[in-house]
Parts: sequence; C-alpha cells; structure tokens
Amino acid sequence: MHELGIVFHVIDMVEKAAAENNAEAVASVTLELGEVSGVIPHELTGCWNWAVKKTERMREAALVIETIPAVTFCEGCGQTYPTVPQGKICPHCGSEHTWLRQGNEIQVKEIAIKEGPYGSV
Amino acid sequence: MEAYKVIEIKESVFADNDREADRIRAGLKGEKTFLLNLMSSPGAGKTTTLLRTIEALRDDLRIGVMEADIDSDVDAAAIAKAGVRSIQLHTGGMCHLDAGMTEQGLRELGTSDLDLVVLENVGNLVCPAEFDTGAVKNAMILSVPEGHDKPLKYPLIFTVCDVLLINKTDVLPYFDFDLEKVREYAHMRNPRLQIFPISAKTGEGVSAWTDWLRTQVREWTK
Ligand SMILES: Nc1nc2c(ncn2[C@@H]2O[C@H](COP(=O)(O)OP(=O)(O)OP(=O)(O)O)[C@@H](O)[C@H]2O)c(=O)[nH]1
Ligand SMILES: [Mg+2]
Ligand SMILES: [Zn+2]
Repeated sequence: MHELGIVFHVIDMVEKAAAENNAEAVASVTLELGEVSGVIPHELTGCWNWAVKKTERMREAALVIETIPAVTFCEGCGQTYPTVPQGKICPHCGSEHTWLRQGNEIQVKEIAIKEGPYGSV
Repeated sequence: MEAYKVIEIKESVFADNDREADRIRAGLKGEKTFLLNLMSSPGAGKTTTLLRTIEALRDDLRIGVMEADIDSDVDAAAIAKAGVRSIQLHTGGMCHLDAGMTEQGLRELGTSDLDLVVLENVGNLVCPAEFDTGAVKNAMILSVPEGHDKPLKYPLIFTVCDVLLINKTDVLPYFDFDLEKVREYAHMRNPRLQIFPISAKTGEGVSAWTDWLRTQVREWTK
C-alpha cells in the first residue's frame, strides 16, 4: 500500500532528526500534504497509528496533517487557478498547456520532541 | 505540563531517497554500468518486452535483470531461461521500489561485470513514479488496451520518464486507441519524451527501441 510506504519514509526521517536532537520521545509530527499528492490522509493516519507502535521513540507521536492547496499555472495566459475544481484546462483562456505549480508535496514540516536527560536545555 | 521543543524540518519525504539515488547513479557511472528502470501498469508487457530486449542486445551487452514482482517468482524464472543473470527482489507487498531497495538488489546481483541492468519495477503508475531508484533512464510501457488518456490521468509518471513504449500495437485494430492523441498528451507533459510503438508479441517496432537503448548504454559506459 502506498500510504504505508510513505509512513516508513517519514518515520525514517523523523527518527534521524530525533536522534540528532537528543530526543527521548517524539510528541508530534506535522506533515504538509499537497491536495493532489495522491496520498489519502485517512489511510495515512491509519498506517501511521500502526507503524509508530513498532518504534521506540515515536510510539506516542501524533500525526498532524496540513493540506497545501493545488494550484495550476497556465502557459497560455500566464494566470494561475485552483487545480481541483478545474482540472487541466485553463478556466481563463481554455488552454491545455498548464502545469501544476504546487499541490503534490509530501513534506515533513516540523516535529515536537521531548528532550532526553542529557539535552541542551 | 511537559515542555516540548519544536524542530523545523521542512524537507520532502523524497529528499533522502533522492540523495541516495544520486549516490547510486554516481557509483554506476564509476563502474560503467547502466541501470534502466522499467515501469507500467500490471500486465502491460514488461516481462515480454524485456525478453525481446535481451534477445536483441545479448550479443552486444552484458545484461542483468532485477525483478520486483510483488509475490511471485514467475517473471524471474522466465528471465533466467533467457540466459541472463537475474535476481528476484521481494518488496514485501510494497507498491514501489525505493533507492535503498534498489541498492540492495544491485549488490546482490553483482554489477561490476555488467553493462546493462534492467529493473522491472512493481506494476503500478503512481508510486514508482515518486521514488527515484537511481536509474540512469526511466522507461514506461503503456499498452494499447489501457487507453490513450493515461497521460492525462497519471501525469507524473510521464514527466519522470525518458522513454515511452506503446506496447501491444498488434491489437490496435480492435481498440479505440489513438496513437496521435497519446503522443500529443504525453508530449504536453514531457516534451523530451521518446516514444516507440512496439509489439512485444510480434517484435514489430522493437528494434527502434533497442537501438535507442544500446546508444544510451554506450554513451553512459564509454
Ligand atoms: N497481444 C499482445 N499481447 C502481449 C504483448 N506483450 C505482452 N502481451 C501479453 O500480455 C500479458 C502480460 O504480459 P507481461 O509481459 O507478463 O506483462 P508484465 O507487465 O510483465 O506483467 P506483470 O509483471 O504481471 O505486471 C501476457 O499474456 C503477454 O503475453 C503484445 O505486444 N501483444
Ligand atoms: Mg512481469
Ligand atoms: Zn490560461
């Protein structure tokens, strides 16, 4: 399943960052998810809840999802428009020569950690 | 209340994978081995096309194959019969291969004495497109029965590919499939895309594709 693969990659990234920052535990992970990234948030959360239980530091980590709206740029008229309701045909000029400017991101924005006993506080 | 510290990461989920893929490519360049990543929907003809490709290039290039079928050894067995070195990658039900899995496979296969390694990716058009495997070139097979509007439905894979094989042209008379429309839609997504219509069954059009591939391998390994 696609969502599970994504979750494993996110966990790898977060584990690395957590170790670098001497985290005892990760409380939450904020993920920026493009509207047309192809990832289904509900499934992602399901996979997340299952997969983090297999880790040490991330057992209790909550997944926070922030959606990035999809925006398409039109080469025909140089304007942008929201991708999801319109699709690939520009609503301003009817051109088919359009491309996605944003909205397919799958990006870890930030994590909240609890620092370990030898932390730098 | 416990205090939490927020750490900004701001990095794509694919960033680590992309870096690893670049490392793989650099390693392959150093040892003069070309890696081709072959992607398609299930059943579009990856294995059949691969067998044709091996047949055409076997005398000129030393070839190896990595099969990433989800849970069977059928494809690897067919390839082994063709007489080239091959291994089966087990993806554990995963929908794609990432650079890490590819690297493991390359190590298992042993690549220093090979000119061309072909990776038959997992059959789907979404996930493999997102993960750079470290391949030098990416190829996609679209088969006639799938319809000519695939580039509109799955734009990403068309932008990451270097070459598109339109397979099963022998059944064109029976399908409402417009070759010119595919060219138009695909080039809209990726103007540099090379397109070769082939029939892996009859062999028609295959030599244009294998000539292209031979040239690419020679360029990379010279
Ligand atoms: N008519 C016709 N059939 C083809 C052609 N190429 C492949 N096939 C048939 O399509 C079916 C699937 O071909 P495969 O080569 O196994 O496809 P694949 O992409 O490797 O399939 P998976 O690994 O299962 O995803 C087989 O029954 C092939 O005989 C072709 O050019 N024309
Ligand atoms: Mg196959
Ligand atoms: Zn426009």
